[in-house]
Amino acid sequence: MIPSRGSAVARRMVRDRSGVSGFALLALLFLLAFAGPLFTRWSWADTDFTAFRDPPSAAHWLGTTPSGRDVYALTVRGLQKSLLIGLTVATVSTGLAAVVGAFAGYLGGRTDRILMALVDLFLVLPAFLVIAVLSQSARGHGTLLLVVLLAGFLWMVTARVVRGMTRSLRGREYVLAARFMGVSAPRIVFRHLLPNLASLLIIDATLNVSAAIIAESALSYFGFGVQPPDSSLGTVIAAGSGAATTAPWLFVPAASLLVCVVLAVNLAGDGLRDALDAS
Amino acid sequence: MNALEVGDLRVRFGEVPAVRGVGFAVAPGEVLGLVGESGSGKSVTGLAVMGLLPARATVTGSVRLRGAELLGGTDRELSRVRGRDLAMIFQDPQSALTPVHRIGDQIAEAVRAHGGTTRSRAWRRALDLLDLVGVPDAARAARAYPHQFSGGMRQRVMIAMAVAHDPAVIIADEPTTALDVTVQAQVLEVLKTARQATGAAILMITHDLGVVAGLADRVLVMYAGRVVESGTAEEVFYRPRMPYTIGLLAATPLLDGGPPVPIPGGPPPSGALPPGCPFEPRCRYASAPCRTTEPSLTERAACHNPQRPQPRPAEGPGVRRTRSADVILQVTGLRRAYGAVQAVDGVDFEVRAGETLALVGESGCGKTTTLMEILALAAPQAGRIVVLGRDVSALPRQARQELRRDLQIVFQDPAAALDPRMRIADLLAEPLRAHGVAEPEVERRVCELLGLVGLDPDFAGRFPRGLSGGQRQRIGIARALALRPRLIVLDEPVSALDVSVQAGIMDLLATLQLNLGVAYLIVAHDLAVVRHLADRVAVMYLGRIAEIGSVEAVYGTPAHPYTRALLSAIPVPDPRLERGRSRVLLPGDPPGPARAPAGCRFRARCPLHTELGAADRERCAAEEPRLRPAGAGAGADQSVACHYSEGLIR
Amino acid sequence: MARFVLRRAVGSVVLVVVAVSLAYLLAATALHPRANFEGRSPRPPERVIDARLTELNLNDRTPLPDRYAVWVTGLLRGDLGRDFDGDPVAGELGRRIWVSLRLLLIGTVLGGVLGVALGACSAVRQYRLSDRLITLASFVVLAVPVFVLAVLLQMGAQKVNDATGTRIFQWAGQDGLSHLVLPTVTIVLAQVAVYSRYQRSMMLDVLSADFVRTARAKGLRRGTALRRHALRTAVIPMTTYFAYNLGLLLLGAVFIEKIFGWHGMGEWLIDSIGRGDVNAVAAFDLFAAGLVLVAGLLADLAQAALDPRVRVSR
Repeated sequence: MIPSRGSAVARRMVRDRSGVSGFALLALLFLLAFAGPLFTRWSWADTDFTAFRDPPSAAHWLGTTPSGRDVYALTVRGLQKSLLIGLTVATVSTGLAAVVGAFAGYLGGRTDRILMALVDLFLVLPAFLVIAVLSQSARGHGTLLLVVLLAGFLWMVTARVVRGMTRSLRGREYVLAARFMGVSAPRIVFRHLLPNLASLLIIDATLNVSAAIIAESALSYFGFGVQPPDSSLGTVIAAGSGAATTAPWLFVPAASLLVCVVLAVNLAGDGLRDALDAS
Repeated sequence: MNALEVGDLRVRFGEVPAVRGVGFAVAPGEVLGLVGESGSGKSVTGLAVMGLLPARATVTGSVRLRGAELLGGTDRELSRVRGRDLAMIFQDPQSALTPVHRIGDQIAEAVRAHGGTTRSRAWRRALDLLDLVGVPDAARAARAYPHQFSGGMRQRVMIAMAVAHDPAVIIADEPTTALDVTVQAQVLEVLKTARQATGAAILMITHDLGVVAGLADRVLVMYAGRVVESGTAEEVFYRPRMPYTIGLLAATPLLDGGPPVPIPGGPPPSGALPPGCPFEPRCRYASAPCRTTEPSLTERAACHNPQRPQPRPAEGPGVRRTRSADVILQVTGLRRAYGAVQAVDGVDFEVRAGETLALVGESGCGKTTTLMEILALAAPQAGRIVVLGRDVSALPRQARQELRRDLQIVFQDPAAALDPRMRIADLLAEPLRAHGVAEPEVERRVCELLGLVGLDPDFAGRFPRGLSGGQRQRIGIARALALRPRLIVLDEPVSALDVSVQAGIMDLLATLQLNLGVAYLIVAHDLAVVRHLADRVAVMYLGRIAEIGSVEAVYGTPAHPYTRALLSAIPVPDPRLERGRSRVLLPGDPPGPARAPAGCRFRARCPLHTELGAADRERCAAEEPRLRPAGAGAGADQSVACHYSEGLIR
Repeated sequence: MARFVLRRAVGSVVLVVVAVSLAYLLAATALHPRANFEGRSPRPPERVIDARLTELNLNDRTPLPDRYAVWVTGLLRGDLGRDFDGDPVAGELGRRIWVSLRLLLIGTVLGGVLGVALGACSAVRQYRLSDRLITLASFVVLAVPVFVLAVLLQMGAQKVNDATGTRIFQWAGQDGLSHLVLPTVTIVLAQVAVYSRYQRSMMLDVLSADFVRTARAKGLRRGTALRRHALRTAVIPMTTYFAYNLGLLLLGAVFIEKIFGWHGMGEWLIDSIGRGDVNAVAAFDLFAAGLVLVAGLLADLAQAALDPRVRVSR
């Protein structure tokens, strides 16, 4: 039996040490995010009125905040939130970019001009401003709005790249062959064009995971993202960074988790790209 | 002393051997031809001599330039030799020049690489070198960038850089493969001039036996990383011993003589060579020792059972079918412009049921554009395209989709034409599914198609990557047959394939036509191939048809001076013939279609035009010749667009 | 060429107009300048608030189209409106642009040059120790969000200050070279990490190109061939990344300025959003959109200057 493409990629992937360690680290982080809350009796919403700004101890593994909340519980909750936001935003924005870019590139003409004008407009609109302003006015609408907003401003550059690559693929003989055989445009886009851009899309999605997590943290850092009392890595870091030198337990765990997540995603993406590229 | 001596050269990429013990010597002024098909290790040998293989390659053996060992030298030592004593000309002039530097600077850089000159003197030397290789208006050309040059001109620039320091050895790796035949003939002349000017030994690496026959003093034939036959040009071409060489010569399509004979199978992948002779699985004369021990190169051939060449089977008595009256495709006055560029400028022809029409011509003549216009099944910019009696310009959407069933295509490069991510079964099923064929029927038809093109049904589960070039092209043909079309359009169907495999595909196409009655419209640049594939041929020049007619007539008594020049430019794998004959050398490049002149568009390069009287010449300049029946014999199927072609037919 | 630049410029202006209008409308709908008065004690009478807001064209009781019309008319006269304190926005914008650009330009140029150099080095030494170290370092820097990087640098600088008993590094107060060091280092680090990754992959693509082989066949040493032929060709696509990145950088600068107390555009934006200062927010957007488009135009021109193929085909 001829090995399938998927298993060949998987084999190369396994041989790539940094890629594997990226995936392993990511799995551990997920485990921590979703199983972590089970190991402590403190919930992220609780307040311990006996411990304000305590350093790490047996009762509070990572200490408490000035308002008496358990840093471990808050951080793990933040990790959960950040991971979810990262994954959904990446999926949505990469998917959008792929579809818009591929159709613009393959169909050309008026469709292309309209879609690209849209891309340009989104590029010029200052994302930070829109998100900041909208999230100010929409406090309480939860993370869904945040996901939509973040995804809405991450897809444009990729859409352009996908369009460019589609235009070069459009002249490829296997695409011409399909067209001359009478295969329809959507079918060509989804059966021939996008699968052949898979490596680009995968690497883009992984980059978007980290971009979304960082963007969410940054917004939360300034109070524009996830709203208290809920927490994300960004809010924890923001709350702790002022006292970073005097009470490092408030800042260091969340910051290092954030760095770990982004690093893991990048390593995994890079390994995946190398594995896909070789074929 | 020999200019270059190579001993027991071995190259491995990781665990995969590419060259497995190659040795040869070249004397000053001698031309050694290194012949082989793709994957035979000939180009790797050339790069190994230059020391330019990527770092992951392991090279052992010895490479001596005028007695001095090069192998194992440091980059500093080797760069003192490269370009000064040892120069190389690469295959693809498209990518071999840096796109962002001016031509003159790139040549001057070669001059200055070995020190001792000022910038301005190097520039002047660059101009002299451009003159030497026949680039017109050197002062202006030197200031141009590579993308402003044609392929032929770029290859001249490569030669100019190679001879800048009068090297002892020039390695030419497929120097003319990417070029049109008339340009190839010019570049080969330049190469001969360069050899005379420098007295260099030339190592000529090529797959084209005709090029070697015209140029080489001695020839080495490589197969699977080893030399399998060596000798003087006359020995190798007239008295080959190794069955592979014999097969290769028999598989080469000729302008005259019988049809090419394929070598069965394909070359073994270099990662998995058989234990014995690597050619054994394809060899008709293999015996027991061939399967166990690899023969070593004795005086002439590396073979346990040296053979003598068989005479080529004569052309069949000509089961020339009478032309059907059923017109499948009719093209009238077709024009297509891209901006100011008139790519196709008034083309008429028709294809009838069960016959093959070939459009031939050099790059830029509009032959591929013509194909694409037909395949689009949409209204052309000007002219009419009628497929199966239906004018495509007024076709409703549904009818166009229906018409696609009857019109299918086979592309040049089978690797590019098959989506690498799909299984063979899905590739063959795609046209069926697009036209709503039911799933059980699809499955049945896929098996049937594989059988039709001579492949096992178990190919269905494989991916294109795992197939050889010939097998992939068979899949491409099977896919085109899936909907039982009446006309298949083939864009250079065999030019991406090795010679030994080409003939098999040509056989297959002929058999299919005979059994299925399908008509072919072929685009090709190789006139020798076309002669064996087509019933009729149309020679295109600058967007128009210069001559059209039956293969017998056009090849037998070419009426247009361009047709004659094309035919004469094709190198023949016969050293005596090749060296003895005088070529009609066309000056200049085929001009871009943007500058089509008034009157006859060929006259600037026309050898006949120069012999005409002043009054006659004026007619060429003023009046564009139309296609008219050629003079040879009433009722012959041949038309020509030339005012004075009678002067040629004697 | 001139026609091409003109067409680009016209298209860009249209885009800026649409984008800035959208930003204004969005800000005017979503922000609540009135809220500023609610916290004041004694709370001024409603009538006074309305009058003050109307005077600043910030009154949410005036219909949005009217406010937009006033703003556009002002804009056409070159008047960007007034901020919440009644000062002209244009003046504040003009002052802050230079404060920000000082930071951004140094950071971008240094970051770009160092990034390209490191990326090229990394590609040439692919899979060797130096490549792996550069790759690892850039990964780590990329994984650290700017605001964390900034805080970390601050912590480090505090240590240095404490240890030496000096004030080599400062992050409060205005101007001064010592104040410029930390934010610039933050920007440069982040830029180097990004550019070196791009340049590495661009360079890998041309490393085994035929024309590099030709250059070596002429007798050029490997290093010379790579510098003159491979690197020269591989920097061309960087111009595009450069353009996209400048827009992102402005965003990054928002955080850096806020953290290091650098009184530039970024700090202004965040404060303005907080105060519901619609005119200032719109002015910032005008600047940001303009910067992105100018960067795009510059990138195209740079590409044409570097690549003769582009020059002719247009």
